[in-house]
Amino acid sequence: MAVMADTDERQVVPHRRSRWSRTDTLRGWAFLAPALALVVFFFIVPVGLVVYMSATDWTLFGGFTAMNFPQNFVDIASDPMFAKSLEFTLKYTVLTTVILMPLAFFLALLVQEARQWNKFLRTAILLPSALGIASSSLLFYALYSPQVGPLNPILDSLGLMDAQQTILGTADGALWATVVLVVWRFTGYFMLLTLIGVQAIPGDIYEAANLDGAGRLRKLRSITLPMLKPTIAMTMILSVTGSLLAFDQFFILTKGGPNNETLTTVLLIYKYAFETKKDLGMAAALSVVVLLALVIINVLQLRALGVGRSEEK
Amino acid sequence: MTTSRRLRMGTAALAAAGVLAFTACSGGESETDPGGGTDAGEVSGEGIDDGTTLTMWTRAPLERQAVNAVEAYNSSHENQVELEILPNDDVEGRVGAAAQTDALPDLLAGDVVRIPYWTSQGIFQDLSEQIQGLDTLDDLQVGHIDAGTIDGAQHTLPFVTDISVMVWNKDLYEQAGLDPEAGPTTIAEFTEHAEAVAGLGTDGVAGSYLSGQSGGALVFTLLPSIWASGDEPLSEDGTSANLDSGSALEVYEAYRGLAETENGLGAGSQQETGATWTAPFQEGNVGVMPYPYTAVTGLFETADFEIGVGPIPGVDGGESTFLGGDAIGISSDSENAPQAWNFMQWLMSEDAQQEVFADNNDTAANLAVLESGYEGADPRTAIANATVEHGRTPVAVHFNEAFNAAGSPWQLLIQDAVWGDASTISSHNEAINTILAQ
Repeated sequence: MAVMADTDERQVVPHRRSRWSRTDTLRGWAFLAPALALVVFFFIVPVGLVVYMSATDWTLFGGFTAMNFPQNFVDIASDPMFAKSLEFTLKYTVLTTVILMPLAFFLALLVQEARQWNKFLRTAILLPSALGIASSSLLFYALYSPQVGPLNPILDSLGLMDAQQTILGTADGALWATVVLVVWRFTGYFMLLTLIGVQAIPGDIYEAANLDGAGRLRKLRSITLPMLKPTIAMTMILSVTGSLLAFDQFFILTKGGPNNETLTTVLLIYKYAFETKKDLGMAAALSVVVLLALVIINVLQLRALGVGRSEEK
Repeated sequence: MTTSRRLRMGTAALAAAGVLAFTACSGGESETDPGGGTDAGEVSGEGIDDGTTLTMWTRAPLERQAVNAVEAYNSSHENQVELEILPNDDVEGRVGAAAQTDALPDLLAGDVVRIPYWTSQGIFQDLSEQIQGLDTLDDLQVGHIDAGTIDGAQHTLPFVTDISVMVWNKDLYEQAGLDPEAGPTTIAEFTEHAEAVAGLGTDGVAGSYLSGQSGGALVFTLLPSIWASGDEPLSEDGTSANLDSGSALEVYEAYRGLAETENGLGAGSQQETGATWTAPFQEGNVGVMPYPYTAVTGLFETADFEIGVGPIPGVDGGESTFLGGDAIGISSDSENAPQAWNFMQWLMSEDAQQEVFADNNDTAANLAVLESGYEGADPRTAIANATVEHGRTPVAVHFNEAFNAAGSPWQLLIQDAVWGDASTISSHNEAINTILAQ
């Protein structure tokens, strides 16, 4: 807001400055007001409320009773589930990001290069993104079901597992089943983002490289990858943040099971609030912890990729 | 805008919003009444039947019985009850949200193991005086009344009673050379029968079945054996657990033996989350197992095999059952307490119990009706009804967290006791104690 007013003042003729700047500032605020109101009511106030709740004794049924900072944070730290959920969430985040990003990059290049099946390929890869994450989870729940799903007999005939076993019944099975779902659901979307970045690279750079006799790999390493840096940073942040906040797919597919082996941090927030502790204070405290962790991780990522610096110039 | 500036502005705004939220909350705080619950002093006798519209919530698994009750009441009374069915998983969230906004329905029915916590949180009105004044009080099963009793004040009555019984597949018993008319009367016999059926070596047929990932189904099926053996898995005040007692260990050991036997426990038992745990027996693939009675009555007609029903035995005999199902109370937000009480006291009457439950082969909460109201019904219903007298409802404020919640310490205890490292049973019991004692 302050930035905007400064810029306006600089454009105005010096001797009329005081009169104009006031109306301009007011007009600026007026233009800003609707967006500002939305941000305040739908973002800042809820976040503020969560921060406040994290410092209170606030149960699901009893409501607010007293301030108790830092009791909620102490309770979380002493809950063995907390460390376990952190470990699993990080493992899941690394797995999905490591699989999703190269796959999306490869598909983007494929779609970019493909001549014949281009449109069909794009549509086929992008189609899962049109489905909500909850609907796709339900779809996969049915696919994985030993009662109605087609996968059990197939895996059984391949000798990979017993038809009576449930795919979601073991810790590894549940984790990989969810990773497969998430990769299926999000690859197209990430491919699209990467594709936009790839297409934004000017063609004459490649032409110059061709004249210099650069091969495909050389062009990929020296032109495509460096020019894609901002895009890669953005998709990586989206992937990491999205995975750290994973909830729907696990809530529907595994409920954190078997035996808490796929309990993500956000699922733990849900359990604190509605299932085990019925303590909104603890749930809010864990939300604050997750929020802070996300801010720190995102800042570190931006720094590591050098994106923040280049944009400031 | 740089990251650091955005952060600073964010922090300032957060602080401002925090102050806002604080003032807003401390303003409204005096209106809530945690732990107390209002007094329904004016309610008495039969309550009032003046054509008031009453709202009522119950959960989806007991929809059929709830609809029967409401339809019978609405057709014979001026008051009209509007029933809303909540999905089982949404119940806590919906009730919690409604409690905070003073929007609870007049009548609230809930899973009996959740009732002690709800009562302790002031969800229900104190109905001690009205309940004491009931003509039929002596005939009612007490499990659902005890669940809603705190410091001597009674808040709830039985709504739908769901009991666990031992069921066996008579056809499989015959094939295995067992007496199809004699179900297990001790845990040793249970293991023996299950092993005999397992020994048939029929593809897909197992001796018994367990819902390994469902804490709720596990208490429903295993606790009766511990009660029947004379042990107390929970202390009377519900603040400590004794799930590593001698008889408890013998019960786990029996299932462990079956799990180690080929076809002893049905495939998928360890991973069963409770969603489909009644299916294998229904399909005729299980020899003998503890089972919900509400799920078996429908099978008498439809199953293509004969079903035996008996009480769940203890280690050396005895019998017990889990008095599950839903209890009902008047919410602290209700402004129609006398009208709501009219529904509750009507439901407790012998006529209503007969019409709503006995005539539909469901388990009545009134012991007199249980004894005399099932003439002409299937003889197995009489066997099941007889177990109610020995039935128990575990009462603990934090029962849901310790037992029913997905991944609860009780679920982990059974996982280790039956399939994993059985030496960890005591440490799991300690984890349950920690939750119950909080």
